[in-house]
Amino acid sequence: MKKFTRALIGATILSMIAAPALAETLTIATVNNGDMVRMQKLTDDFTAKNPGIELEWVTLEENVLRQRVTTDVATKGGQYDVMTIGTYEVPIWGQKGWLVSLNDLPASYDIDDILPAIRGGLTVDDNLYAAPFYGESSMVMYRKDLMEKAGMEMPDAPTWDFIAKAARAMTDKNNEIYGVCLRGKAGWGENMAFLTATSNSFGAKWFDMDWNPQFDSEPWKKTLNFYIDLMNDAGPPGASSNGFNENLALFQSGKCGMWIDATVAASFVTDPENSKVADKVGFALAPDAGLGKRGNWLWAWSLAIPAGTQKMESAKKFVAWATSKEYLDLVAAEEGWANVPPGTRASLYANPEYAKVPFAKMTIDSINSADPKNPTVDPVPYVGVQFVAIPEFQGIATSVGQQFSAALAGNITADQALSNAQALTERSMKKAGYIK
Amino acid sequence: MSNSNIDQRKIVFTIVAWSVGILIFFPILWTFLTSFKTEAEAIASPPVFLGFDWTMENYGEVQERSNYFRHFWNSIVISVGSTLLGLLIAIPAAWAMAFVPAKRTKDVLMWMLSTKMLPPVGVLIPIYLIFRDTGLLDTRTGLVLVLTMINLPIIIWMLYTYFKEIPGEILEAARMDGATLFAEIVHVLTPMAVPGIASTLLLNIILAWNEAFWTLNLSAADAAPLTAFIASYSSPEGLFYAKLSAASTMAIAPILIMGWFSQKQLVRGLTFGAVK
Repeated sequence: MKKFTRALIGATILSMIAAPALAETLTIATVNNGDMVRMQKLTDDFTAKNPGIELEWVTLEENVLRQRVTTDVATKGGQYDVMTIGTYEVPIWGQKGWLVSLNDLPASYDIDDILPAIRGGLTVDDNLYAAPFYGESSMVMYRKDLMEKAGMEMPDAPTWDFIAKAARAMTDKNNEIYGVCLRGKAGWGENMAFLTATSNSFGAKWFDMDWNPQFDSEPWKKTLNFYIDLMNDAGPPGASSNGFNENLALFQSGKCGMWIDATVAASFVTDPENSKVADKVGFALAPDAGLGKRGNWLWAWSLAIPAGTQKMESAKKFVAWATSKEYLDLVAAEEGWANVPPGTRASLYANPEYAKVPFAKMTIDSINSADPKNPTVDPVPYVGVQFVAIPEFQGIATSVGQQFSAALAGNITADQALSNAQALTERSMKKAGYIK
Repeated sequence: MSNSNIDQRKIVFTIVAWSVGILIFFPILWTFLTSFKTEAEAIASPPVFLGFDWTMENYGEVQERSNYFRHFWNSIVISVGSTLLGLLIAIPAAWAMAFVPAKRTKDVLMWMLSTKMLPPVGVLIPIYLIFRDTGLLDTRTGLVLVLTMINLPIIIWMLYTYFKEIPGEILEAARMDGATLFAEIVHVLTPMAVPGIASTLLLNIILAWNEAFWTLNLSAADAAPLTAFIASYSSPEGLFYAKLSAASTMAIAPILIMGWFSQKQLVRGLTFGAVK
């Protein structure tokens, strides 16, 4: 008996020592978005299916995350085994060989089920370098009651002229109702995401085929003047400091007639707990100017594995789990269909249960209408709808965004902003060696 | 000057002092109040000051989602560790500069201060590579070392100012009595400079506690302090102000309480030598 007790104690101690040694811990860097937070809560399902793998989450603010993971992946620091990155980083990092190819995910993963537009944005030379966790485009969210009051009816695919007319008709500044809320805060992912996508629909482009900046072109003039005039007439005060969250707050509190922004916002504005106008919201495609391109963007927060990881196999297992069809079913079962990460898999949109979600159809139509490989009316040498997938873009677009934000605030004219944007972009592109 | 004039001046100064105090403290108060609001109330326009439904929900969610105590412990180790290590280096350095100055001592002091003028991001990649190659990434030891280096100029400057106020003759007397250099610094100089060392220590702990650039860039999961804890509650898409406020309140509370209790030392430390 004594021997048995000793053996038992010995085995217990051994298992205590051995268990942590055997378990492999994956460090996952991510942003603090609702879908990501939900994933963290549901990871028991993954660890139950993969007992040898433990998960450690590092959640960071988007800009901090971008800086951290860029430093880590570029220096092969190996601090993270899985990273949450966007469609801007994937083509650049994939090209540089910083990411692990995901082409060999198991057949059950059904890689062909990923929406073609999203998959295209995450693929370089036929290699899928990141698996989409959720995808988004942009669309018009509007107040049905205010539209009716203005005596107008929103078409499914409006033009910019209609939006401008409706915005002015809906505006009632005395009662703090503003016809349209658009991004004005400077930043490559803030006002420049919106304005670059909008400019595509006006026939503008960042660069011609020889990488010459095009801010001195007529379509850019049209884009910026249209935006500033519209915001002056029908936008909220202080719009030059409004980004996604500020406009979300304005829309939810009933102060915006229309808001053109990320499709992911649809679940926020229709959430009765936080939105005063939850039952009054309608959706439409992003507007166009009759030139064949709509002003909507395409983005996917995706999970990628840095080439510096020592735990590639476990990391692949996690990525496959988090972006699988089964994960979507798990979220639906636990949190309801409206909370399923949208915009990644065709099978989700074929599901009759998901089709009942009010913004499902408009989300998929918006995603399908974006083409990151041919984003503009005229051909361009770059990939990306609301960005240009070159490393220099973040810096250049942030500076250009400051010019456009200043023009919206009335500190400089639209012409001055465009001329400054042209000069600073030319300077940066020369320095980077794209042009002489 | 008549008594009534003095009273009037006193009242005016009191009002001005309170107004400035409230103005400076208001963001902290607002953060504290917001932490008890719902996300919808946190962004309400016009803003609600006190008339909202107080809730502890945000604190509950922050506790559920993050391991607060691990971040807290990391902050303690990093800030106290870097301060103690800094003092260990700075006391002899400041002694040498104050009591046995050389021709270029002032230049050395200015040079040390000039290192604070370099934008940290300029040396991020070299430091990151050194940390990667020496296995210091995401370790408390690494962060203690880097924060020691960053705050060392300030510690040396503060101690130098204190030590200059101590008459050199006392140290000389100790030396004549046969005290070794070690004994002179530990048993004579340090006890006389305790108030100065204490305020330097407190100020440096606060600086290290609040340091965000290096602690965010050189840590991931294991060594991440409270700065990383706060950063995890900001979101590009979605409402987060109430939860972020709860996380911020939890992160700043310990250092605020410490600052409150040690304010006398801190004020003395910051104003020492300003009026003679």
